Amino acid sequence: MRFPYSETVLEHFRHPRNVGKIENADGKAIEGSPACGDMVSVYINVDPDKKKISDIKFESYGCASNIATGSIITELAKGKTLDEAKKITWKEASEALGGLPKIKAHCSVLAVEGLRSAIENYEERHGLVKERKPTTVETVRKRLRKVMNPLTGLDLVRTNLVRDIKVQNGTVRVVVDLPADNQFASAIKQEIMEKIEPLWDVKEVVVEFTD
Amino acid sequence: MLDRRQVYLDNSAATRLDERVLEVMKPYFFDRYAVATSEFAYTQGIEARESLDRARKALAVVLGAAPEEFIFTSGSTESSNIALKGVALALGNKKGKHLIVLKIEDFPVLHSARALEKQGYQVTYLDVDSDGFLDLDKLRESITSETILVSIQHANQEIGTIQDIENIGLICHEKEVLFHSDATHTFPRIPLDVKKIPVDLITVSAHTIHGPKGVGGLYIRKGTMLAKWVDGGFQEFDLRAGMENIPGAVGFAKAVELVTPKETKLLQAMRDRVIDRVLGEIPDTILNGHRQKRLPQNANISFHFIEGESITLHLDIHGFAVSTGSACFSRSLEGSHVIFGIGGDHERAHGSIRFTFGRYNTIEDADAVVNVLAEVVKELRNISPLGKEKEE
Repeated sequence: MRFPYSETVLEHFRHPRNVGKIENADGKAIEGSPACGDMVSVYINVDPDKKKISDIKFESYGCASNIATGSIITELAKGKTLDEAKKITWKEASEALGGLPKIKAHCSVLAVEGLRSAIENYEERHGLVKERKPTTVETVRKRLRKVMNPLTGLDLVRTNLVRDIKVQNGTVRVVVDLPADNQFASAIKQEIMEKIEPLWDVKEVVVEFTD
Repeated sequence: MLDRRQVYLDNSAATRLDERVLEVMKPYFFDRYAVATSEFAYTQGIEARESLDRARKALAVVLGAAPEEFIFTSGSTESSNIALKGVALALGNKKGKHLIVLKIEDFPVLHSARALEKQGYQVTYLDVDSDGFLDLDKLRESITSETILVSIQHANQEIGTIQDIENIGLICHEKEVLFHSDATHTFPRIPLDVKKIPVDLITVSAHTIHGPKGVGGLYIRKGTMLAKWVDGGFQEFDLRAGMENIPGAVGFAKAVELVTPKETKLLQAMRDRVIDRVLGEIPDTILNGHRQKRLPQNANISFHFIEGESITLHLDIHGFAVSTGSACFSRSLEGSHVIFGIGGDHERAHGSIRFTFGRYNTIEDADAVVNVLAEVVKELRNISPLGKEKEE
């Protein structure tokens, strides 16, 4: 048996920690969808005085790295303050797992997103967020930092694949510096749509490729 | 657990070589290593020519073809490339630039068609129904005066559905359009006789029938316009340049000889065991492909609410090798185009598992994999956020 996964990844894949739902959780979030091949639900309970994560559970529909990252992220976040937990990065999760294959970065980053969204959800519900800001090119760029280039395991922005971003009247136009028939074009397009579409004032997302 | 015998159930991807095939190949590596092109120089060359011709004849006969209608290639990818691009090059400027392929073809056909599109050819990608069948009327309507080639697979690589090759051939024949069929997964288990069925080009391969990797063939009906596009020497009737793979050709012929209807029946029993037990015992499962008109060695089932790579990984830990149509498993990170083609959604594609049986499997393997699968599916569904609505 030789997998492209570390022993720790396999251990968490086979015996994931903190699996399940928390009924009436203080904060919860779902990231991803069956369409993108991976989906994670994260539930947290928060100690309101210390602003600490007192309990955390997750559920995962996805591949081994998705399940393993979901599992490790619950271990990393438990007992941390909200501010500390928000700062947990994909890199830290990946390191705690003994490394993940580059091509799998996009599946595992979801769990990290899930944790942050669950915290945001808690903050929103408990009046801890500032008002909603309109979407700008910068907001879009920030989100694109979470779309992984499967060739390198690094995000689109860092690998200079985002040629142009335009935001106008609720339409976001992203030009990706890849030919439309690139092996990953379709997968990348889908991920971009999924990251940008949930923005509250975005009505349409157009992804274009260079040829 | 780590030492347990691996039960290999991915025989449509590759097969274990049969020792009897290796035995007939061996002399061509050590004693008779000359190539047939040397037939006019020395004795070893003549022997090589004779061996190649014998293998060619043995394979041609199985298809009902003449030896000079069969060329050896490096495998089904090359065969289908030669068929599509060779016909396009030969007829593009003479007759027209339109080709018709099936949406769920394997990549050699599909991507050859796409490459031709970039060169200015038009391609019609025919839809299939929920079982994977082509609509014969749609095919008939799609053929125009510009059409030069129809390429429809004999059976599907993933879901196993067998097309009505005879009627497809008749339509193409009647419309005077060349017909290519990728028979990688049917040859020679499902008979295809070119004397009875009007097929002009057929792709076959040794790797699916316990033969060596790296050798395949292409049947080319006499008189078919086909341009040579891998240039070099004059091998293979000046249709495919390159050193003859004589051990491969000899091994391919032996591999075909060893396939028997009796064995195919055994594979079918394993297939049926998996399909019947999984659909009967594991809830929320769906068969992909037609229940009867399918490859005797192929079962393909989607498991709702869970993802295929996780299933294959768990099965591997338990000693079973299978494949999946999940995006996580593919090099392009896209779900199976075949499952999408039959109208399946992402979840059905990601949760699809293909079991393909071969000579070294037993009915016990089929039972064992279902037993383990039932446990694995239960565990993964327990972790999954999907499909819980019913319980609440």
